[in-house]
Amino acid sequence: MVKGVNIHIIQYVAITGSIVFIASVLFLISRRKLREEFSLLWLFFGFVFLVLSIWRRSLDIIASFLGIAYAPAAIFLILIIGVIAILIHFSIAISGLTERVKTLVQEVGLLKMEKDRKNQKKES
Amino acid sequence: MKILAIVPAFNEEESIAGVIEAITGSDSLIDILVVNDGSDDRTGTVAQSSGFARVVNLPCNLAAGGAVQTGFIFAKRGDYDIAFQFDGDGQHLASEIEKILAPVKDNLADVVIGSRFCGSGGGYRSTLSRRLGIKVFEIVNLLLIRQRVTDNTSGFRAYNRKAIHFLARNYPMDYPEPEAVLVLGKNGFKLKEVPVRVRKRAGGRSSISGTGSLYYMIKVLLALVVCCIRPREIKD
Repeated sequence: MVKGVNIHIIQYVAITGSIVFIASVLFLISRRKLREEFSLLWLFFGFVFLVLSIWRRSLDIIASFLGIAYAPAAIFLILIIGVIAILIHFSIAISGLTERVKTLVQEVGLLKMEKDRKNQKKES
Repeated sequence: MKILAIVPAFNEEESIAGVIEAITGSDSLIDILVVNDGSDDRTGTVAQSSGFARVVNLPCNLAAGGAVQTGFIFAKRGDYDIAFQFDGDGQHLASEIEKILAPVKDNLADVVIGSRFCGSGGGYRSTLSRRLGIKVFEIVNLLLIRQRVTDNTSGFRAYNRKAIHFLARNYPMDYPEPEAVLVLGKNGFKLKEVPVRVRKRAGGRSSISGTGSLYYMIKVLLALVVCCIRPREIKD
C-alpha cells in the first residue's frame, strides 16, 4: 500500500459516482427525456460499476481470470466494452430511424400528390 | 395493360421536360410518375406544368433508391402491370422503351435491364475505372446469383407486377442498382438484359464521381456480401 494515500477515498468516490450516474439515468427516464429502451445499457453498466466499487476484490478476480497483470486496467477494458456496446446500439437505432423516415417521406410525397389532385378536381 | 414510367429526378429542371415529352411521344398510353427527390431547383414545377406527368414532391432528399421505391409503392397501389425506370437526366432514349418492355409483356422475364455492354450495344464509352467497377459487379453478381448481368448500374429497367410488389417492400436505399439485381436474383426473379444505347447527359451531374466512386464501390460490395448472408424475403 502506498504511504499517505487513503485507499478508501477512491472507493467512496467510485460508489458515489456510480449511484449519481444510475440516479441521473433513472431521473431522465422519469422525466421522459430518455426512453427506457435506450437506458437499459446505461443502467446495466452503471450497476456493473457500482458492484465493482462496492466489492473491490471482484476487480482482482476478473483481472486474474482474464490474465490482466495490472488489475485497474480491467476497469478500462470493461468501460470500453460498455462504450462500444452502447455505440453499436445507437447505430442500430439510427438505422431503424432512417428506415422509418424514408417510409414517412415517401408517404408524405404520395399524400401531397393525392391531395393536390383532389383540389384540382374540385376546382374544375 | 397499365404501364407506369417511374422517373426519379434530383435537380433536373433542364432535362425533365424533355424526358416527359419523349416518353409521351413514344407511347401516349404510358402513365408517367416523376419522383422529385427533394430538388433545390424547379424540377417539380417544370414537371407538373408539362401536364403529362403526375409528380411526387418528396419533402426531403431520399437518395436514388428511396425515390424509385416511391414509384414502386405508387405502381403497386395503382395496380400497374408493368413499371419501368427511366432516368430524369435524359440519358436514356425513349425510342428504346419498347425494347425493354417487350420481354416483360411476353412473359420472358420478371425484370429487364437495359444494358450498355451486352450485345453490340452502341459502343458505350466510359472511363476505365468505371468500366472496371461495372465488371467487378458483373463477376460478383454472377458468382452470387448465377445470372449474368453485364450492366448492374443501369437505371433503365422494366419490372412486371410480381417484381413491383416485391420492390415496393424491399428496395435498397442509396446506390441501389447493383444491390437490387442481387436481391431480385436471390429471391428467384428471372432477369434479362437487352442492349440499349445511352446519350450523354442533357444537364445536371452524376451522383458518382471522384473520391465518391471509391466509397460507392466499397459500399455496394459490402451490401452485396451482406445480401448473401441475409435470409431470402420470399420463401418457396
